[in-house]
Amino acid sequence: MKGLSDAHSSSNGMALMTSTDPASTSGRYPAGSLAFPHRDLLGISQLERHEILYLLDQAEPWIELNRQSSKHVDLLSGLTIINAFFENSTRTLLSFEIAGKRLGADVVNMHAAQSSVKKGETLIDTAITLNAMRPDAIVIRHGSSGATKLIAEKVDCPVLNAGDGSHEHPTQGLLDSLALRHALRQRGEAADDFTGLTVTICGDILHSRVARSTLLCLQALGASVRLCAPPALMPADVEAIGAEPFYNFDAALKGADVVMMLRLQTERMEGQFIPSPREYHHLYGLTKDRLERAAPEALVMHPGPMNRGVEIDSDVADLLDRSIITRQVEMGVAIRMACLDILTRNARGVEGWS
Amino acid sequence: MKQQQPLTITNGLVVTPQGVRAGGVRLANGLIDAVGDVSAQSGDTTLDAKGQLIAPGLVDLGVFAVDKPAFHFGGITRAALMPDQSPPLDLPSRVNYIAKSGKPDLWVHPLAAATKTLAGSELAEIGLMKEAGARGIATGRGWVADSGVMLRIMQYAAMLDLVVVTHAEDGGLTGEAVATAGEMATRLGLPSAPAEAEALAVARDIALAEMSGARLHIRQVTTAGSIRLVRDAKARGVNVTAGVTPAHFMLSDLATAEFTTFMRLSPPLRSESDRQAVIAAMGEGVIDVISSGHDPRGPEDKRLPFADAEPGMAGAETLLAMTLTLVRDQVIEMGRAFELLAGNPAKLLGLEAGALAEGSEADIALVDPEKPWVVDRRKMAATADNTPFDGQPTQGRVTALFKGGVGVG
Repeated sequence: MKGLSDAHSSSNGMALMTSTDPASTSGRYPAGSLAFPHRDLLGISQLERHEILYLLDQAEPWIELNRQSSKHVDLLSGLTIINAFFENSTRTLLSFEIAGKRLGADVVNMHAAQSSVKKGETLIDTAITLNAMRPDAIVIRHGSSGATKLIAEKVDCPVLNAGDGSHEHPTQGLLDSLALRHALRQRGEAADDFTGLTVTICGDILHSRVARSTLLCLQALGASVRLCAPPALMPADVEAIGAEPFYNFDAALKGADVVMMLRLQTERMEGQFIPSPREYHHLYGLTKDRLERAAPEALVMHPGPMNRGVEIDSDVADLLDRSIITRQVEMGVAIRMACLDILTRNARGVEGWS
Repeated sequence: MKQQQPLTITNGLVVTPQGVRAGGVRLANGLIDAVGDVSAQSGDTTLDAKGQLIAPGLVDLGVFAVDKPAFHFGGITRAALMPDQSPPLDLPSRVNYIAKSGKPDLWVHPLAAATKTLAGSELAEIGLMKEAGARGIATGRGWVADSGVMLRIMQYAAMLDLVVVTHAEDGGLTGEAVATAGEMATRLGLPSAPAEAEALAVARDIALAEMSGARLHIRQVTTAGSIRLVRDAKARGVNVTAGVTPAHFMLSDLATAEFTTFMRLSPPLRSESDRQAVIAAMGEGVIDVISSGHDPRGPEDKRLPFADAEPGMAGAETLLAMTLTLVRDQVIEMGRAFELLAGNPAKLLGLEAGALAEGSEADIALVDPEKPWVVDRRKMAATADNTPFDGQPTQGRVTALFKGGVGVG
């Protein structure tokens, strides 16, 4: 593999365990495409535990690469990746763009204002148009739950869900798990799975696709997940998905090993859900005092963008030893590189994946 | 077309509310001349039913489109059309036009818009629309939020002896919801409203019906909570009836798992326990009408993300077969099935039809209740293929249909 040898040479002799290195897959995962037998990545809900672990393991070498001064491989050289964002995004779009470019792909960003593609056949037409340009992967963000699946049914290449409505944001769930794994390992804890770990996710659960993907991902890896929100922002029957609901933040924090804060998604709110940001902060804001209620050394996470002073205080967000918020961003690029690599293996004719 | 020659159908199983018995019918001058032990008179055309059911033509209460091929496939000889047309049925002239639109082989009974443009604020000219042929009034796809307006609608309808057909979902709770709050909506991240939104609306409308003496028909009762309210109201003697479409006794919100927009309905599909409650209510007699809710929708309305798609299903072709599953599952008797599909809706609309009675309109369906077939959206007679039952094997087909004694389809 040309891309593989380039990866090795560009990493100054460091043994990069890229996708095709047999050492990384032997024994632990099924051979070839059986390790990840999906054309698309639409949601964590479609993944088995071992498939999630495979994606995380495959991201590890990219973390290393991204820490080098030269961050480029030619693995996806000649491939076209379209980032079709029907909803505004800065960080996720940037993260996918960097991921694609570092792998050597030609990355094109399509910003479609939500309004121009909302009605009629236009979304399908857009999908068909994109497909006709023969991309090798399409990354989609859309404001409606299920929109990514609809487009995936209409195109011939792999589709990555970069967030569909309030449904899923699978790469976020994966990067959260990867960031958590690294933070735990750094402390010397065994972090291959999260059995015994209690994670509290607090914020606008109702509108959050991050909450859904992260919940499913952490659960699949063994963690117990608590969800905390004011009643109006708590979805129905979360117990049925295996989560424990809390309305009282202090109770939800008690003994938690990880605290993940979410912002209020006012853009998805129809009507008033909370009286004021000030009151929200009073009841659900993560302050240094509140963090004391969690387990000693509890880690703090946030998928961003943060509203400092609303759901999280600045002095908590910036706690060097506790907050892994910037690490989440770093892991985002690596996990997206892993996903792009794996999903394009079939098209690239990688042995065992065609 | 008027019936020219009397028709005698023999060797069938005649379906009446009392049950099914061997016999036939004689149809003359567009009316049912004799039922039961009939024999052909000289000059009659004769037809051997070969042991099939001889049943009343279906009376479909609350369709959104006049779709003759689909109705005839489904054995529907009369359909009460919802006022949600473009433009809405809120003027006598429109009602008059629609009332004639299906004849002779399909009779369309317009339901007049309760309020102008169905906006829920100003009363429409209900009296004049009755003169023009309206057989009832309806709030349309939506709920009339203003209780004062709704009371005046009911009082007016009571005075005119017109049934009031309502859609029961409290708008404040439903908002932009497209699903029922619960595990499935939570997993899918769909905007959802609690099932109680229906019970709230039902409770208010029952209270207003009780005050006004109006005949209230709740077009779709789909939750355990609203079934309880209807049952209690009936026990008190309130003039309330309840309907449902097969979607809500055949499917639960599990069917939305793949974001299939053919499962996007209004009200949305409910939990499995609510579905079971609907079936139980059917057996108990709390539900009076099964209708198709026929609402053909093309790809421009359905090939969209779930929440952006329009609600509705093309239900006319599957109405009978799905209802017959309740008979096969011994929830209801065959006679009761046709009361739900024809007799009761005809009564609500004030029609001399919907039952095999001497002197009634000769609207007759021959039905093979066991005939197996597979619902296939590519082979539908309807103007659109949005059936939630695509691919489902089922049983029961109409083999011949007569409107006013004349064969159709």
